[in-house]
Amino acid sequence: MSSLDEVLEGAKTVFTVFGLPITESVVNTWLVMAVLIILAIVLRRNLQMYPDKRQNIVEIIVEGLTGLVTSTMGPKNKNFTPFIGTVFLLIAFSNILGIFGLRSPTADFSVTFAYGIVTFFCIHFFALKAKGWSYIKGFGQPFIFLLPINIIGEVAKPFSLGMRLFGNLLGGSVIMAMISGAIAIFVPAVASIYFDLFSGFLQSFIFIMLTMVFITIAKDDDD
Amino acid sequence: MEWNEMAVAAFALLGAGIAMIGGGFGPAIGQGYAAGKGAEAVGRQPEAQGKIMTTMLLGQAVAETTGIYSLVVALLLIGIVNKIL
Repeated sequence: MSSLDEVLEGAKTVFTVFGLPITESVVNTWLVMAVLIILAIVLRRNLQMYPDKRQNIVEIIVEGLTGLVTSTMGPKNKNFTPFIGTVFLLIAFSNILGIFGLRSPTADFSVTFAYGIVTFFCIHFFALKAKGWSYIKGFGQPFIFLLPINIIGEVAKPFSLGMRLFGNLLGGSVIMAMISGAIAIFVPAVASIYFDLFSGFLQSFIFIMLTMVFITIAKDDDD
Repeated sequence: MEWNEMAVAAFALLGAGIAMIGGGFGPAIGQGYAAGKGAEAVGRQPEAQGKIMTTMLLGQAVAETTGIYSLVVALLLIGIVNKIL
């Protein structure tokens, strides 16, 4: 478990490529990606009509995600399930990395802001695809002088998404560092269940919920 | 250390504390209100508990955002003090 000063200092640089610093966040994201890819390869091997234990668990997760996307975005947006599911798994695994004593990549504002920007481009790409020119005109509604406020509102979305995830994760790891600095046995383990596991899953759930709501509102709202 | 630097550090720490006063109060009231309403809703409609739970947690997390912003501000201020000292 890292100490308080290390947490507050930010991600350390592991090595540099052509003067470009590769920080701990990037390396830990690679780790998460590797774990997810290996899990995907292992879990999709010999799927059967009558599933065994392993396949049952995977089917529960996939069906749960599909159900969540269908109930939040409506049946016609069911195709978003792979994207939403990928974002959920990536953020959830990044968040719970803290339980292994590694630094969560999501406790770095650059990373969470990048996730926010992905959502930002998704919102506007799908809205433009669905509505075309009338979507751009929609920014001048109901009055044309509200245009700057609407634009600021749109630009603020990736910031608020990123800040929410970053703040929660950083706050969690600061509190965990404080607890494990004060009491060394048993208590950090219990606190870690809440701050790393529960909070990590909750925050990734909230991230995908907000992503889905933003995309649906921009895409399907006709006003 | 110079008097000026000391004053900056003191006020930065004070500001971090004040930021957390506001950031503690607001989300606490909001989250408590949401939890109370959630309990009420479960009492009225126990069969919808799962859906109420998700809605409540989502609402609470959004209400928490302002608190998280003030936490980030407080941490930035503490970071400044760490740099000065």
